[in-house]
Amino acid sequence: MLPQIIFGYFAIVTIVLSLVIITRKNPVHSVLWMLVLFFHIAAIYLFLNAEFIAAVQVILYAGAVLVLFLFVIMMLNLKEELSSERFIGEWPIGVALGLSILLFIFFSIAKLAPGPLGKFTIELIQKETHTKAIGKVLYTEYILPFEVASLILLIAIVGAMVLAKKRT
Amino acid sequence: MVPLEWYITLSTVIFIIGVIGFLIRRNIIIMLISIELMLNAVNLSLVAFSHYLQDLKGQILVIFVITVAAAEAAIGLAILVSLYRNKAVVHTDKITEMKG
Amino acid sequence: MTMEKYVLIPLLPLIGFCINIWFGRFYQEKAHWISILAVLGSFILSVITFIEVLQGKVINYDLYSWVISGNFKVSIGFLIDQLTAIMLIVVTSVSLLVHIYSVGYMHGDSGYYRFFSYLNLFTFSMLMLVTGNNLMQLYFGWEAVGLCSYFLIGYYFRKQSAADAGKKAFIVNRFGDFGFGIGVFMVFIYLETLHYTDIFANIHTLQGQTINILGFEIGLVTLIALLLFCGAIGKSAQLPLHVWLADAMEGPTPVSALIHAATMVTAGVFLVARFNPLFSMSETAMMVVALTGAITSLFAATIALVQNDIKRIIAYSTVSQLGYMFLACGVGAYGAGIFHLFTHAYFKALLFLGAGSVMHAMAGQLDIQKMGGLRKYMPITFWTFMIASVSIAGIPGLAGFFSKDEILWLAYNAGTVGRIVWVIGTIVAGLTAFYSFRIVFLTFFGKFKGTHEEEHHLHESPSSMTVPLMILAVGAISAGWVGIPPLLGGTNMIGHFLEPVLGHPHVHGTHAEEWMVIAISVVVALGGIFTAAVMYLWAPGIPQLLGRTFRSIYTVLWNKYYVDELYDYTIVRPTKWIGSRILVGVTDGKIIEGIVNGVPKLIAEFGERFRKLQTGFLQHYAMGMAFGLFVILSLVLIFVKQ
Repeated sequence: MLPQIIFGYFAIVTIVLSLVIITRKNPVHSVLWMLVLFFHIAAIYLFLNAEFIAAVQVILYAGAVLVLFLFVIMMLNLKEELSSERFIGEWPIGVALGLSILLFIFFSIAKLAPGPLGKFTIELIQKETHTKAIGKVLYTEYILPFEVASLILLIAIVGAMVLAKKRT
Repeated sequence: MVPLEWYITLSTVIFIIGVIGFLIRRNIIIMLISIELMLNAVNLSLVAFSHYLQDLKGQILVIFVITVAAAEAAIGLAILVSLYRNKAVVHTDKITEMKG
Repeated sequence: MTMEKYVLIPLLPLIGFCINIWFGRFYQEKAHWISILAVLGSFILSVITFIEVLQGKVINYDLYSWVISGNFKVSIGFLIDQLTAIMLIVVTSVSLLVHIYSVGYMHGDSGYYRFFSYLNLFTFSMLMLVTGNNLMQLYFGWEAVGLCSYFLIGYYFRKQSAADAGKKAFIVNRFGDFGFGIGVFMVFIYLETLHYTDIFANIHTLQGQTINILGFEIGLVTLIALLLFCGAIGKSAQLPLHVWLADAMEGPTPVSALIHAATMVTAGVFLVARFNPLFSMSETAMMVVALTGAITSLFAATIALVQNDIKRIIAYSTVSQLGYMFLACGVGAYGAGIFHLFTHAYFKALLFLGAGSVMHAMAGQLDIQKMGGLRKYMPITFWTFMIASVSIAGIPGLAGFFSKDEILWLAYNAGTVGRIVWVIGTIVAGLTAFYSFRIVFLTFFGKFKGTHEEEHHLHESPSSMTVPLMILAVGAISAGWVGIPPLLGGTNMIGHFLEPVLGHPHVHGTHAEEWMVIAISVVVALGGIFTAAVMYLWAPGIPQLLGRTFRSIYTVLWNKYYVDELYDYTIVRPTKWIGSRILVGVTDGKIIEGIVNGVPKLIAEFGERFRKLQTGFLQHYAMGMAFGLFVILSLVLIFVKQ
């Protein structure tokens, strides 16, 4: 019973926070609520025995991405933002579209059929520790995608600098 | 034990909220945040599946998604900065150069 | 140096061409060195090859496969047998002499290197034509020499008439080559091969097969032979496609000597001789070849009687002599035809180069009525020209006599058709002697009829021109000695040499008859010379008198039987009319422009309507994507069953 209650708490808080995030007028508030949301999601990861992912979630999202967002927001003119309209004119269409997709996905969840189980049981991961298990898989089987990911990051760094640079 | 379906449902709801946020907000920063929200929803479902199917592949994918999300945020914000510098707007309905 | 040697024969001129055409502009005046060296190399290799063939070696091998598609196989290959060996000698030796001659003749021309590179390209193409071991390579060489001929006729492309003549040669040849191309297809369709050896090995299977064309049953062999002969008619300027050769004289004179006298125009004869097993199987085709040759030779000889342009007379003489060769092939005397080709190459090249030398001295003057007395100004040209004329006239002892006599004798022996063409051939021999000496007498004898200024300018040509003349003169005298008939104490070496390829016709006439044929032709030739002497040396009034008396005949001959005009009215004008009225007006103006302008207009119209979809508003696009996701999900839900 306890796991369900704890999950219920996190689930409700996450959904509410999501709604709050997309409806705030001030982007700074949105970002700050996002921070809270990320911590909750990290907690759900822990719940799923994924400590490493949880740590990455906190460090990378909460620590890096959100700070980047905050930096950019600080550069913009917030006064004008606060006095202007929040949503686009056709917002009901957007909401209707989103809800109908949601409905359809709910229907399809019922048809969910899990595939065969893998070898990484909870006991194995707990014995080996999660970080070590992930590391083994990442650096052996997925070494090439891993290297490609590093290239993507490099390109992103260069691209971001080129884009944000002042034209001389 | 929490059933897998609960996680999927939660992930779906967050994802759809992200979609709606992307569709209805005028501010590009909030739209970028909505994208992060969607990516997080996907990550959540991936980790859930990974846990329930006892396979680490899902979590490996999450790592790559986070990588790409970081890159995407950096590029997106860089575009935003350069856009704001040139046109001094961050609202999508003010940027209609592509109007036919 | 086994097989490479044969490859190098055509390859050397090609290399020379490539070097000169690309780098020639950097050493303008020295371009001839590369060309001459290349052709000299080919010549030496040809001589070596000839000696090998003389010892009985026949080479047939594929260098590499060019196209392989199903059972269609085209290779670059070489068949070097007796026939090819003779052609190699003719082509490379005349080409070499013409190259050397051109050094003096083309001196100071602005396109000097271009001229030499074209000459080299021509030599390459001609060698490819004669050495090929399959029809495709022959066809390639055939078209390539046509292209070079076009380049060289139109060499002075700033001159309208030269450019037109080049076009005319090319277009007229299209007509012949069209038939030739179809002939090649037919060979492939019915024999599934293009290699000579395979064609000749399987050719008997075609015997008796017929093909239905517009309700007429035509023998397959006859049809193929005539289609191939179509190409020969075009290339060798036979009736009715002879019109281009006279105009081709717009090109530089060395070109006329090389291409339009000694080598390219004889390709048709070579083709017929090469396909002698095919032609021999069809009596109809043989008759057509013989009669075409005979009529052409008479026709061209009569035109040559009255013309005044020195090069055109020689050009018509070439047409006439080519007719002679076809006449020989048509009566089965392929060996005699090739023999005549061989001797003709030397004395005709000599005539042209001599004419070029005269033109050089006369500053481009071509009208023989305005020359005269050049004998004392340019003795070498005079004597070599004289030798060539004596040779072509058929005076015993010189090259032309032996080959011409061989043809006449074999024609005499070849049944009814043979008798007819023999009579025509004999008449032509007399006409040939007449017009050849008409040139000699009008040009080199009597008093100079040009202006005083021109007379002052007269001079003998430089040695680079006279030396080739003298070498060719040796050829014009002695080339016939390889074919002295047994009757005159020889062994007819060339006839026996060519026998493995071309066979030898049956001769059933007696010695007395052979003596008679020789005697008649000699008498006729002497008669021709004598008449020319009377009319142009001793009684210069006669030509005018004859011209007035037979005004209508003279006019017809002067206008070359109005063939050009006939073509102008029946082919050129209707084509132009169709071109300007229907093609430009309807096809181009309405249909093509309608499509070209209509499609963009339609697209613009369409775009004008649908551009409204592009709002430029980011969320609209995003909603489109979301809607797409919605549609896909609903489809999945509806159609995917668990």
